[in-house]
Amino acid sequence: MVHAVDNLSFSVEKGKTLGIVGESGSGKSVTSLAILGLHKGTRAEVSGQIYVDGQDVNAMDESQVRKLRGKSMAMIFQDALAAMHPYYTIGNQIAEAYQVHNKVSKGEAKKRAIEMLDRVGIPEPQKRIGDYPHQFSGGMRQRAMIAMALSCNPSLLIADEPTTALDVTVQAQILELLRDLQKEFGTAIILITHDLGVVAETADDILLMYAGKAIEYGTVRDVLQKPQHPYGWGLLTSIPRLTGDPDKKLLAIPGTPPSLISVPSGCAFNPRCTYVSQVGTACSASIPELLPVSAGAHHLVRCHLDVKTREDIFKNQVAPNL
Amino acid sequence: MLRYIVKRVTAGTLVLGIVSAIVFSIFYILPSDPARLACGKSCTPELMQRIKVALEIDQPLQVQYGRFIKGIFVGRTYLKGSEAELQCGAPCLGYSYQTDQPVTSLLMDRLPATLSIAAGASVLWLLVGLSSGIVSALRRGTMVDKFSQGVALGAASLQIYFVGLILQFIFVDKLAWLPMPGYTSPFEYPLDWAKQMALPWITLAFLLSAIYSRLTRAGMIEVMSEDYVRTARAKGLLARDVNMKHVLRGAITPIVTVFGLDLGALLGGAVITEYVFNVPGLGKLSTEAVTNLDIPVVTGTVLFAAFFVITANIIVDLVYASLDPKVRLT
Repeated sequence: MVHAVDNLSFSVEKGKTLGIVGESGSGKSVTSLAILGLHKGTRAEVSGQIYVDGQDVNAMDESQVRKLRGKSMAMIFQDALAAMHPYYTIGNQIAEAYQVHNKVSKGEAKKRAIEMLDRVGIPEPQKRIGDYPHQFSGGMRQRAMIAMALSCNPSLLIADEPTTALDVTVQAQILELLRDLQKEFGTAIILITHDLGVVAETADDILLMYAGKAIEYGTVRDVLQKPQHPYGWGLLTSIPRLTGDPDKKLLAIPGTPPSLISVPSGCAFNPRCTYVSQVGTACSASIPELLPVSAGAHHLVRCHLDVKTREDIFKNQVAPNL
Repeated sequence: MLRYIVKRVTAGTLVLGIVSAIVFSIFYILPSDPARLACGKSCTPELMQRIKVALEIDQPLQVQYGRFIKGIFVGRTYLKGSEAELQCGAPCLGYSYQTDQPVTSLLMDRLPATLSIAAGASVLWLLVGLSSGIVSALRRGTMVDKFSQGVALGAASLQIYFVGLILQFIFVDKLAWLPMPGYTSPFEYPLDWAKQMALPWITLAFLLSAIYSRLTRAGMIEVMSEDYVRTARAKGLLARDVNMKHVLRGAITPIVTVFGLDLGALLGGAVITEYVFNVPGLGKLSTEAVTNLDIPVVTGTVLFAAFFVITANIIVDLVYASLDPKVRLT
């Protein structure tokens, strides 16, 4: 059995945004599909509890979870063109999402679709609801996806790399739209991304994932300004900066992310970690626990380095490169 | 839209012209002489010459072809000026060497039987093929799936003349549940028509259901892994609605295309089926004509079949454009 996601725990409050950051294969998308119960039932198993609006989704049977999907929790995806049915109109698809959970006539559902399209900033929505997904631009398609996901006013919105396929200006518009809608509806958002810039701009909390495990968890401020995990240091120092020296090489994390079929023993990051020698054998011998940085702190990290050494390394070796 | 149709019909007519020219040339090259066949045992050179003139095969090929084409559009007159002058109104495809009947009326006589076979069989194979394909896709990997796809693989490998004869042996000869297959008018004796058509329908549908079942299953399974199906599930739709509204809708377009082309080809004559069950349709007519070197009838049946295939192609393209909004007709 492969543990795609292991021992993961996090929470998002209403109106707040949690950014889940990690490389491909770190378990971000699997996590989000599991929340909606969209993982392959015959091939994947989720243990533990998933609470949405105080109800444990993981303990429910399929028909109960289905009633929550779209209504209490909704999802938008990276590739909006692929995520919409090519043979149904945008309006039809939004109206359908609304009609599943609301006993309304076709006319009312259509009205709701127009209202939602208008809300996400599609010009002339009463005309555009008759369009097919391929007739929309990339940014408009993602707006339409957001309209579809928010049509039933869910408590939780999972956005799985919603801006990865878009160019930077459109990306900024979509993120702003999400922020506005979040304020208006009080939606909790889980933003899945590998773009630290996007998280820095949008999220309240960050969950950093590596090989299916949370390795650092805290507020955006803590995790981005005082990162505690060598992986987080690596990510931050590898970002090019406008103010940086153009001749200086970017620092890369050596090696590649592990395959989940053969996760390295001990800390999964240890074969790529520069600071293993500071700890000794513990890194490859035992899995470090996710512990508060200091007693009572909300900032959690999964690393064998002791607090003092971490602070020294950050101050002397990492911070100068940021 | 209208411009597109006009364009396609013009192109289709051109293809029909090419088909007719090819058929014409083939028979000209063939080492057979219709006049010699018509002349019989007590043939004299004078009689032979008169027959050639009567059949108008004394003329060069291009003249014959020109008259043939003219006959289709405006009709033609045989043996002009003689007392045996014969008017053949448009669309004239000539007269059968064998029975002296106009080819057009032969085709019209045989069309209902072929239409009956095609209509009944297509309903049957769509019903069986689509439903078994859908069930297989939804129950992928289960015994139901393995059984239905196993049967489909077997059925797709069997031939009409094999299945047909076995069914006929069981249901007509042994059990006597059904009469000998054949054709009666559905408007006069609907029950007899259905009983006589039952075996051709089942035999033809047996093979084609298998193909459609596999096609439907493969299409559904492919669409099931599409992102938009995940979206449909994320909306909270019932599994039934996800499968029927989203998966099937995504998988149906190629099936419609194949169906249109199969039906078009079948309307030209279900040759083997008609031959096996001795149903007087277009397919039977064409095999008879080829055996007897009845050139005008062969040309007529080939053109008729080509007409159906071309028409089916145009209709399929129009239907496809209405099924897939990304397709624009230009």
